[in-house]
Amino acid sequence: MLDKIKEFASTFFVTGDPMIYGADVSIALAMIGIVFVLTYFKKWGWLWKNWLTTVDHKKVGIMYILAAILMLFRGGVDALLMRLQLATPDVTLLHPEHYNQIFTTHGTIMILFMAMPLMFGLFNIAVPLQIGARDVAFPFLNALSFWLFFMGAMLFNLSFVIGGSPDAGWLSYPPLSELQFSPGVGQNFYIWGIQISGIGSLATGINFIVTIIKMRAPGMTWMKMPVFTWSVFSSCVIIIFAFPILTVTLALLFLDRFGGGHFFTLDFGGNPMMYINLIWMWGHPEVYIVVIPAFGIYSEVISVFSKKKLFGYKSMVYAMFMIAILSFFTWAHHFFTMGSGADVNAFFAISTMVIAIPTGVKVFNWLFTMYRGKITFKTPMMWAIAFIPNFLIAGLTGVMLSVAPADFQFHNSYFLVAHFHSALIGGVVFGYLAGLYYWWPKMFGFTLPETPGKWAFWFWNIGFYVCFIPQYSLGLMGMTRRLSTYGWDTGWQPLNLVSTVGAFLMGIGFLFQVLQILLGIKNFRKLKDTTGDPWGGHTLEWSIPSPAPEYNFATIPQVEERDDWWAEKDKRAKGIFRKQPPIEAIHMPKNSAIPFIMSVFFFIAGFGFVFGWSIFYIPGLIGVAICMICRSFFSYDGDYYIPADEVKRTEAAIRGSV
Amino acid sequence: MNKKPKAIIALVLTVLTVALLIWTCFYAGGKYVVFDPKGPIGQAQKELIILSTSMAALLIVPVMFLTFFIIWRYRDAPDNKAKYQPHWDDSKKLETVWWSIPIVVILILAVITARYTYLLEPSKPMASTQKPVTIQVTALDWKWLFMYPEEGIATVNEIHIPKGVPVRFELTADAPMNSFWIPQLGGQIYTMSGMAMKLHLQADQEGTYFGSGANFSGEHFGQMRFDVEVQSDEEYKNWVANIKKQSKPLTKDGYLALAKPGLSQPDEYSSIPDGLFQDIVTKYVVEGAPNPHGGHGGASTEGSSKSGSTEDTGTMSNMNMSGHN
Repeated sequence: MLDKIKEFASTFFVTGDPMIYGADVSIALAMIGIVFVLTYFKKWGWLWKNWLTTVDHKKVGIMYILAAILMLFRGGVDALLMRLQLATPDVTLLHPEHYNQIFTTHGTIMILFMAMPLMFGLFNIAVPLQIGARDVAFPFLNALSFWLFFMGAMLFNLSFVIGGSPDAGWLSYPPLSELQFSPGVGQNFYIWGIQISGIGSLATGINFIVTIIKMRAPGMTWMKMPVFTWSVFSSCVIIIFAFPILTVTLALLFLDRFGGGHFFTLDFGGNPMMYINLIWMWGHPEVYIVVIPAFGIYSEVISVFSKKKLFGYKSMVYAMFMIAILSFFTWAHHFFTMGSGADVNAFFAISTMVIAIPTGVKVFNWLFTMYRGKITFKTPMMWAIAFIPNFLIAGLTGVMLSVAPADFQFHNSYFLVAHFHSALIGGVVFGYLAGLYYWWPKMFGFTLPETPGKWAFWFWNIGFYVCFIPQYSLGLMGMTRRLSTYGWDTGWQPLNLVSTVGAFLMGIGFLFQVLQILLGIKNFRKLKDTTGDPWGGHTLEWSIPSPAPEYNFATIPQVEERDDWWAEKDKRAKGIFRKQPPIEAIHMPKNSAIPFIMSVFFFIAGFGFVFGWSIFYIPGLIGVAICMICRSFFSYDGDYYIPADEVKRTEAAIRGSV
Repeated sequence: MNKKPKAIIALVLTVLTVALLIWTCFYAGGKYVVFDPKGPIGQAQKELIILSTSMAALLIVPVMFLTFFIIWRYRDAPDNKAKYQPHWDDSKKLETVWWSIPIVVILILAVITARYTYLLEPSKPMASTQKPVTIQVTALDWKWLFMYPEEGIATVNEIHIPKGVPVRFELTADAPMNSFWIPQLGGQIYTMSGMAMKLHLQADQEGTYFGSGANFSGEHFGQMRFDVEVQSDEEYKNWVANIKKQSKPLTKDGYLALAKPGLSQPDEYSSIPDGLFQDIVTKYVVEGAPNPHGGHGGASTEGSSKSGSTEDTGTMSNMNMSGHN
């Protein structure tokens, strides 16, 4: 009996690596710590009422961002471990198998569990406020989306200590990801982690499209909409077309592994090529899903900190939409070297290059937004400015890669690795960090201290170039991606060492950001944003107090101009005040426990499918179904009114402190 | 606060960083193999890389300078007298200019790309008076098997080819897909089971060139490196004759043992089983069913190829390809 338990435990828990034992210990300690703190300070009720069951878009946004920062830490540690392994030839810090797991989880986590939730967090924080709405169109669905993402991410991360991590690359090409070559449960964790969070992403896409179409304040025509909201709209349009492809692809892969299917295996008529086509039909648009909202943030930040209107607003909007559409015509450039033939390669080479046109236009527009402005160098603006030269490099190398016959030499090399990290860190992460600093006061009511932020900025930036410029060179020296080690004879050592140093500089930058947040919390009284408009903003979110009250706007604003709040400030300076409509009772959605509970059941079902244990997945699925039934038939009482008097009192209290 | 020391620190750091990057990228060992081609395909690719890069750089470098200039010129400093026009946000003339600049650049680049794409299509035979050498490449877990059907020999993890003679690679895999890459001779192509891809290369100089598997294929993927020895015609013939004389033959059982996951040192075989490559390619073909990969790999551009292994789907392997589900 004891032997049986021992045997089970050794296959169930990942053993044999000190790093994993360390993780086990730290997970256990963190759990005990959390439970202890919550019990000691009697915060369980607070946690349940204010966070776990909330449907307030601002709180959902904050939870997204917190989770994303945690995942950034996990993915970042993965990155540093890989760079340590590659710093010198012939080292064996990580066994090849472990190394493969780490780069797989690094890629998946950074794209799907870091970039996506950070983006959704900013959507949630900013969009309803920018369009003068009190919540998103479907607040319940919004909370459900978050919890699905969170449970998916947790399921994926669990693979590190239970069962074993996936190790077939972040896109899991078959046949490597099929049972024959990946017999362990790692791939199942990959499939279910992404699948569960992917449902949430799709729902978020739908939610925000409807929010933007239906819930804009009166007077806000499409061409008066803030540019960040436009970028969110473009991004969500890509989401609703791309994510179903991912869902189906992973479902088919799971059927192969779980149900004896042969969609992507070669025997019995399957075809791995179909998977590669499908995954990139989602995968390439995915890049634009995450980068377009960053473009929106840059547009907002650059115009606000140049004290100038955004130059060429209409061009920017058209350019974003062109990119959104073209993003679906580029997937085959990921396999120019798979023998598609010259016709296909030429088509996809050119359609890929064409994206450089709207992107280039945007860069010019940003430059001319700053032209004849007054540029102040606050942290959000620093990140936005740093993005431009970096994105020019990423764009240049992107065009180089799109030249199909030249790609025969770049493909799968470190040149490619350097390019997409430039685009994704320099384009996406820099943008979201800019957005985070920019909207931080709106979320928490205080601005973050500038000095540690500047330190973080410089460490990140210098580290970024030191890390990735050598990788371009390494690619041209013949170094391929996903190598776990290489010999002294290759001559790649100095560049790899420098690249590793750069990665650690970025790591230090991250620590400075943590310090910055801690210092901000410590000194929040001093850093308090009493005006609600610390940067001199242009859009509606800056017209209400920081942090925004739960109903956002005491009265729904009447929009007249594109940069409405800026125009209004101008008028107020001239002594013209708008007549405020009377405050009325506000209709709000009630908190609900169903999204959280339903996601827990999803987690249980996913966990059951990972191990093929029907005692988990059957109850899990039943739980999900019961939650759906409860939501459909028994929860009519989902809303309430905040009485006008209470709104008046709240407004007087926040505004009174001004 | 005094601004001067900060500016000096920033300047020193920038200069040091740039110097470090330049030193490592250019003077600290490591050979830019992509820029040191030894054959016509690699040469054409190098020219194309330089051409496309300079075309894109023509646009990007001035914009880079413009960026730095604008940020410096319009910084909000008390003594900055630059013009400030907060409401100037539209100029049809300017926008027309910067919609058209990238359009023109991309148009030119697109034409160049399309031309080179057809010119350098890997399945297209080289223009040469010499009779090409055929090498059948099989990616295994985690080693490369190279068969020379005309010479009747095989090697593992090493290739020998004669100088100045076109080489016709036929590639497949009997393991997860990989990518076959010899940077100095020309770009890579995937090796996938169930397909026979084609890649034509040629080496014009003698020497030893670096080759590797470029697409991740599992645990010891990093060890899938091989050397390419380019020799004079005479040396090459001697090498073949030597292998014929001295090495052991490759049997079907020997192949099955070789195909098992594991690492291998460079190795040589004096003979190969009949039709082994075809058997590997058609391993998964279901009798009677149309081969989904027939005509793939650009085979159509080549007309009817004699050794076109994907055509004869009838020759099912009688080897026991076990281990698959």
